Amino acid sequence: MLKITNISKTFNPGTVNEKKALSGLSLHLAPGDFVTIVGSNGAGKSTLFNAVAGSFYVDEGSIQLGGKDITFDQEYRRSRYIGRLFQDPLRGTAPHMTIEENLSLAYLRTSKGAAPFSCISKKDKALFREKLSLLDMGLENRMSQPVGLLSGGQRQALTLLMATIVPPRLLLLDEHTAALDPATAEKVLNLTKEIVAENKITCMMVTHNMNQALTVGNRTLMMADGSIVLDISGEERKGMTVEDLLHRFRVGAGYELDNDRILLSE
Amino acid sequence: MLFITQTALELGFMYALVSMALFLSYRVLDIADLTTDGAFVLGMAVSVSLAAAGHPFLAIPAAMAAGACAGFVTAFLQTRMGVPSILAGIITNTGLYTVNLMAMGWSSNVNLLKQQTIFTIFKKTGIGGDWYEFILAAVVTVLAGIFIIWFLRTRLGLSIRATGDNRDMVRASSINPAVTVTVGLCIANALTALSGAVVGQLQKSADINGGTGIVVVGLACLIIGETVVGRGTVRRGVVAVVVGSVIYRFIYAVVLKTKVVPIECLKLMTAIIVALAIAAPSLRAWAALKRRKLAARQKGGR
Repeated sequence: MLKITNISKTFNPGTVNEKKALSGLSLHLAPGDFVTIVGSNGAGKSTLFNAVAGSFYVDEGSIQLGGKDITFDQEYRRSRYIGRLFQDPLRGTAPHMTIEENLSLAYLRTSKGAAPFSCISKKDKALFREKLSLLDMGLENRMSQPVGLLSGGQRQALTLLMATIVPPRLLLLDEHTAALDPATAEKVLNLTKEIVAENKITCMMVTHNMNQALTVGNRTLMMADGSIVLDISGEERKGMTVEDLLHRFRVGAGYELDNDRILLSE
Repeated sequence: MLFITQTALELGFMYALVSMALFLSYRVLDIADLTTDGAFVLGMAVSVSLAAAGHPFLAIPAAMAAGACAGFVTAFLQTRMGVPSILAGIITNTGLYTVNLMAMGWSSNVNLLKQQTIFTIFKKTGIGGDWYEFILAAVVTVLAGIFIIWFLRTRLGLSIRATGDNRDMVRASSINPAVTVTVGLCIANALTALSGAVVGQLQKSADINGGTGIVVVGLACLIIGETVVGRGTVRRGVVAVVVGSVIYRFIYAVVLKTKVVPIECLKLMTAIIVALAIAAPSLRAWAALKRRKLAARQKGGR
């Protein structure tokens, strides 16, 4: 599904702030893969997502999605196939627009080339209501309220719904539950798992929770210094403990995993 | 008094189109579009020149098209060329000075003497009696308002609103923000030009300096309206600009008529009204805080 071949990205080349954020990274995801990614601060996790989503173009290498080369596609074009959630729940929704309006924007992805002058139809509204009720947050009764009135957890759940209302080929989750309180975080994560499984979406999730990294999805990647140092899946992953994972990281990267939030989380 | 009211309503409705354009660019798209001054004169110039050539009706859509082109240039500069949005507007505005002169046949003003305008033609129908000017102006503005309310509900309109609200999210919804900004600014400047076109035909003249400071006045009307009517939905915003514009023109007409302020001081007066109007939300917040502090002191908290 996703084929990343030897991509590199250097920020501020030729200056004192030069930073090689990705160095010759290659990755191949099969359709339906749900990959969790852990790594130190500055290991390049978010940079990898930015490269895939098209926030910048990579310096070298190529990115293919579903057999199509998207290396030089603009961000808004890629977002037709790639859904993305950020840690900040405020980034994914327009606060002064209603829930209904936000959803209909997300729904635009289906209507490729559909009449730009059409309004939200009754049928669309019924669909939105049905999808919102699946979140079990009572949002289906607040469809004409501005999104700015929702809590962070509700906004993130709504963003998740918006990113998947038209199932994308690839879903990028960048610590999307990290800014939420534990109960809400669990709810959003469960929703994520349900939606991803139901639609068989290929998915990548950055997390700082080592337990999550091993239990969610079917494959775990560890990143250090802009490349993947560990790639575990199948039987090997099933029997693994957090201690094993940290040990393997030390062997692979040559130093201890240092991520302040990993150390702080249980 | 009746005369003042009539004048205020007429001018208020006509200039409300400028505020409506600013509502679209400044409030909805969150871009300070300084093309406004030039686009207003452009609309005026095209409209009056075409009316002088005997095409008062064709003059209106032609003026709007010209305004849309001006908006396109500004949008192109900021979305494709990376020019900061305020600067893009100023650059277009500066260039428009020459374009406007050209539209008026290289003269700094054009007057309609005996040629027909949409107003003289409408007068002949007898509708509205003495109020015919107001009625025609109101019809144009109301139609434009209905168009904006409808348009901002369509998919394209929603995309434009989202662009001003959260650009990250727009990109993630497979919408190209460059396109939405361009469409938004084209429509905004078409509205500004429409205002210039109608005002020009009413005054039967176009002047190269006719648009000086119109962006500030338009903004003031927008803020006066929002203070009175409130903010929130698109419909409320569109009503607010019309109300604000009429109130502004009413104050202006009273000052002009009663001469409570000498005519020479009118510009200063305008500036003060504008500054107070724009400062109103801050002043209210300040007053509320003062009251709150006073109440806290009376309770004997500290």
